[in-house]
Amino acid sequence: MLKIEAVIQPAKLDAVKDALIEAGIEGMTILEARGHGRQKGHSEFYRGREYTIDLLPKVKIELVVVDGLKDKAVQAILSAARTGHIGDGKIFISRIEEAIRIRNDERGETAI
Amino acid sequence: MFRRATKLFLLLACLGLPSVAMAVAPDLRPSPPATQAQVAALEQTIRDARTAGDNAWVLISAALVLMMTAPGLTLFYGGLVRRKNILGTMMQSFAMMGLITVLWALVGYSLAFGAGNGFVGGFEHALLRGVGLTPNPNYGGTIPEQTFMVYQLMFAIITPALITGAFAERVKFSSMAIFLSLWSLVVYCPLAHMIWGVGGMLNSAGGRWPVFDFAGGTVVHISSGVSALVCALYLGKRAGYPQEDMPPHSMVLSFIGAAMLWVGWFGFNAGSALGAGPLATSAFINTQFAAAAGAIGWVVAEWLINGKPTALGAISGAVAGLATITQASGFVQPMSALLIGLIAGVVCSFMVFRVKKFFGYDDSLDAFGVHGVGGTMGALLTGLLAAGSINAVFGKDAAGHPIPTGAIDGNTHQVFNQALGAGIGWALSIVGTLVLLLLVDKTMGLRVSADDETAGLDLSQHNEEGYDFNA
Repeated sequence: MLKIEAVIQPAKLDAVKDALIEAGIEGMTILEARGHGRQKGHSEFYRGREYTIDLLPKVKIELVVVDGLKDKAVQAILSAARTGHIGDGKIFISRIEEAIRIRNDERGETAI
Repeated sequence: MFRRATKLFLLLACLGLPSVAMAVAPDLRPSPPATQAQVAALEQTIRDARTAGDNAWVLISAALVLMMTAPGLTLFYGGLVRRKNILGTMMQSFAMMGLITVLWALVGYSLAFGAGNGFVGGFEHALLRGVGLTPNPNYGGTIPEQTFMVYQLMFAIITPALITGAFAERVKFSSMAIFLSLWSLVVYCPLAHMIWGVGGMLNSAGGRWPVFDFAGGTVVHISSGVSALVCALYLGKRAGYPQEDMPPHSMVLSFIGAAMLWVGWFGFNAGSALGAGPLATSAFINTQFAAAAGAIGWVVAEWLINGKPTALGAISGAVAGLATITQASGFVQPMSALLIGLIAGVVCSFMVFRVKKFFGYDDSLDAFGVHGVGGTMGALLTGLLAAGSINAVFGKDAAGHPIPTGAIDGNTHQVFNQALGAGIGWALSIVGTLVLLLLVDKTMGLRVSADDETAGLDLSQHNEEGYDFNA
C-alpha cells in the first residue's frame, strides 16, 4: 500500500479530483495548505506599506492506494495538475504500514 | 342730462363706497376671547408642525451617528487589526456606548452644554435636571432639548472610540475604559462647551473668539486625533512593529464599516443643522462631495506612488474627506466641499505613507493621520471658505445681506479664530491626555503584558475568540 501526497495549485483541484475518480480512485483527503518551492511570492500594499506574501495558497491531496494503482494515480494527477509553470507542485510517494476501516475493523488492502 | 347722471353717480358713490370699505377692511375692535384662543391653538399647531420635521430629522441623525460607532467604526477598525484582536477592538468602541451614555446622563451633558463659564459648563444639569421636552432656544429652538441632548451624546460616544485606533492591539480593557471615560469628562466636555456651549469662549454665537465648527472638526476630530497621537507615543509600538507584517485581517469588514461611516456621516454633519431646513441640505451635499473627492484624491495619489489603486486607499480617502469637511459642512458652498475633500485625500495619504514612516510612531489605525490632520485642515479651511450665503452665522446687515463669515466673503480674520480654536483643541488634547495617561498607567497599568499581546486581546482580555472555525 502506498501513500501519494500531491501539493497542487488550488485552481487545479477540481480537475485532479475528476481525473482520479475516472482512474478508479475514490478515497482521498484534501487539505488547504500554504507554501512555496522555488516560486517567488508577491507584494501587497496596505496604506502605503509593502507586505511580502511568500506563503502561497496550495491544496494538498492525500491518497492511499494499492501498489498496482500507483502509476494510474500518478498519471491522473500529473496530466490534470500540470500547467508547465513554476508553482505546479510536487508528488511524494511513501509506503504505508497498515490501513484500517474504522466502521468494521477491516484491515489491509481491502480497507483502502 | 349727463350732469344729472353724474350727480346721481357721485351721490351713490359717496354712500356706497364707505359701506363696501367697511365690509372688506380688517375689524380693529379687540377680538373676543374665543378667537384669541383659536389663534393661540393655530400658532401651537404651526410650532408642532415645524418641530415634527426638525425633530424627526435630528432623531434619525442621532441614530445614524450611533451607527457610525457600531457597526461602522467597530467593523472599520476591526477589519484592520489582526484576527486575534477583532473582538477586543470592537469591545473598546462598544464599551464607550455603554459608559459614555451613563456619564453623559449623570454629568457630561451638563459639563458640555450647561451655562458654567467660558471654559466649561457647570453642574446645573447634572442628572439631566432642567433638561426636558421643551426646546432650548440656544440648542435648536424647534426641537425638544432632550433630542439635542441625545444627539450630542452620540458625538460624545464616537470621539473617544476614535482614539482606540491609536493604541490598537496593546491596551488593557479595564484601563482603556477608565482612561477614555475620564478623557471624555476632562477633554471632550470642556472643548465641546467652549465651541458649542452657551457662554463658551469660542462659541460662534457670542463667544469672545467665535469659531465655526459645524459638526465637530475641532471638537471631535482634532481632539480624538491629537489625543490618539499622544497615546501612540506614550504607549510605544506594538511588539514586532515595524519588522513584523501586520496587514489587515479582513478588508471586507473594513470596507463595510467605512461605507457605514460614509452614510452615517450624513447624520453627523447634516443633523448638526438641528433642523430639517435648507442648512441641512447644504451640509448633506458638502458631506457627499467631500467624501467622494477624498476617495478620489487618495486613490489617485497612491496609484501614482504605489502603482495600484487599493480598496483600503479608497475607503481611507473617503474617511479623510469626511473628517475634513466636518467642521466646514454647514458653512461652505458645494464646490468648496469638492476642493476640501480633494485636499484631504491627498494630504492624509501623504501623512500615512511618508510622515508616519519617517517619524516611526505606531498610530496603528491612523487616527492621527486621518482625524487629527483632517480635523486641523478642516478647521483652517473653514475659515477660508465659509460663506454667509450658505450660513449667515453673524446675521444680516441693514440691507439684508449676510455679514461676511469667512475669508472668501471678505472676513480674513476668521482664519485666525479658526487657528485659535484648533490650537486650543490641540493644547487641551495634549495636556489632558498626557495627565490621564500618566494617572491611569501609574495606578492600573495601561499596556497588556507581552504574553497577552502575543495571545491577542480576544483571549487575554475577554476569554473569547472572534472566529471559531471548528464550531
